[in-house]
Amino acid sequence: MTVALARRLTLTVSGFGLLAVAAILTSPLVGSTHISLRRAFDRAIPFADNVDAQIFFIARLPRTLAGALVGSLLASAGVVFQGLLRNPLATPFTLGVSAGAALGAMLAITFSWSFAWAGVSAAVAASFLGSLAAVGIVYALAQARHRGLSTNVLLLAGVTMNAFFSALILFVQYFADFAQTYRILRWLMGDLDISSYQPLVSALPLLIVSFVSFAWLARPLNLLSLGDESAETRGLNVVRAQRTAFVSASLATGAAVSVGGPVGFIGIVVPHLVRLIVGPDHRLVLPASALFGAAFLVGCDVLARTVMSPIELPVGVITALIGGPFFLWLLVRKR
Amino acid sequence: MAHWRGYELLQAVDVVAGYPGRPSVLHGVSIEVPTGGFVGILGPNGSGKTTLLRALAGVIRPARGHIRLDGHDLTPLSRQALARRMAVVAQETHLAFDYSVLEVVMMGRYPHLATFEIEGPEDFSIAREAMRATGTLQLQERQFDTLSGGEKQRVIVAAALAQISGAADDGILLLDEPTVALDLAYQLELGELLRERQRRVPLTIAVSTHDLNFAANLCRTLVLLKDGHVLAAGSTDDVLTSEHIRELYDVEADVTRHSPTGRVIVIPVRRSPARSQS
Repeated sequence: MTVALARRLTLTVSGFGLLAVAAILTSPLVGSTHISLRRAFDRAIPFADNVDAQIFFIARLPRTLAGALVGSLLASAGVVFQGLLRNPLATPFTLGVSAGAALGAMLAITFSWSFAWAGVSAAVAASFLGSLAAVGIVYALAQARHRGLSTNVLLLAGVTMNAFFSALILFVQYFADFAQTYRILRWLMGDLDISSYQPLVSALPLLIVSFVSFAWLARPLNLLSLGDESAETRGLNVVRAQRTAFVSASLATGAAVSVGGPVGFIGIVVPHLVRLIVGPDHRLVLPASALFGAAFLVGCDVLARTVMSPIELPVGVITALIGGPFFLWLLVRKR
Repeated sequence: MAHWRGYELLQAVDVVAGYPGRPSVLHGVSIEVPTGGFVGILGPNGSGKTTLLRALAGVIRPARGHIRLDGHDLTPLSRQALARRMAVVAQETHLAFDYSVLEVVMMGRYPHLATFEIEGPEDFSIAREAMRATGTLQLQERQFDTLSGGEKQRVIVAAALAQISGAADDGILLLDEPTVALDLAYQLELGELLRERQRRVPLTIAVSTHDLNFAANLCRTLVLLKDGHVLAAGSTDDVLTSEHIRELYDVEADVTRHSPTGRVIVIPVRRSPARSQS
């Protein structure tokens, strides 16, 4: 344990990094149709005639990258929420923050809002604002109970928020036309079925800002595990750290949901497995969760595309089938 | 004796303080914590002990009056600069995750590191020294949550010592009712640990406590708080009298000297007769 942190960090990042890279490289090759990498990259064949290249670059690669992006964002946002609320069961999904983001994104899609600001599209911005609103409610709750949220309050608040936002989502859906409805329904389950790079590019600014904030937050989150007051007397500006954490976790959730919908349970499964391997230090848990989250969701999506081939399931179905029982197990195990 | 500089190391000057939306808890409290002193803050529940300690630590700002460190107001000092001088040991510590003892002690080094800086060999040797001083070195690999109450308290003291290490002769340790969760053996052990530490390195200690004998045994000066006012302050021998205890707690007590050790001991005898139904 006394091994210097720098070395453990290198080991952690390279280990989980390899896993993520392996998942991202393998995933586009797997699917209901077999493709040949050689043909896909063969420049002699024009792209319009090259089915392998089309499947690779249009169907599978953006989807794989979307999985990596969404997985790493939701997993690290989970870590931040858990550290912030001092409760290992807090995640964007269980807190209802994902649902808030989904509502925002849905409003933008249904009513075809089309503004863009600094490269951030309306859907991404609305998704961020939705998650920020949900997080604001959680923050107010946590402040009112200034000893951190107990598991009971946390779960009840999450259930309530999810029900509330779901009702609003159903209401908005009423305004969507028939074709949109099917697409929205799939997306609401958590679906990576995108066929362009545009949503990824649009979410990128949020990803960058939130990851930079997370890097700064790693050590403050360690101190916050001691309790607000102990953290403060150790020299941490607690209010600033908490606000940074809330806003950056909202950014991450907003970006992830705008791309893949409210994919559930990544934020709980990934950080817990990571802590079993690297321990509780957030300086290791955060980068490891971001990388493992990417690998995990890409892996789940491969399953989603292949288990019932040629039918492709929304990836949220797979993560829920894995994450649901995992969550219950954690709840039972918790003293 | 420290050279008299015209001010004490840590002072509360006419402090009025409390919590937002509630009547204030301290109504003009002035106390002095001298360099190298061991000050006990005594008083019944609700007298403002913890509030005073939190004000001294800079966690809450006085509504009126000042907290002075080295004669200067605390307010403009950054959290980080303050934390390098002064550490607080909370009543009880619950961790949200399974940190090891070493990791908890290393968190004391937080105010000494720049934003993305990683603890170096010097921080580790400071942490090890603090663990040695508190008898927790052999626990360093253990998970904090698996320790007994007394062990946890010693680890938190170690983290506090690691935090103010390097503060030369100006380090201040504040302890908030440190014996509340401890059984007798651990209370004695903690007292001995603090006394021993003060013998070895220059250190100033202030402690709030309910435990009269713990205070009598350790503290050189006492501050008695009642209803947010200072009832009496001064050397332990002068302040710890039957009259003061009656006034403070409504308890009749004998204050005597224990002949083998020469310590002042307080023996509560009975509750004072009710002072009318006023």
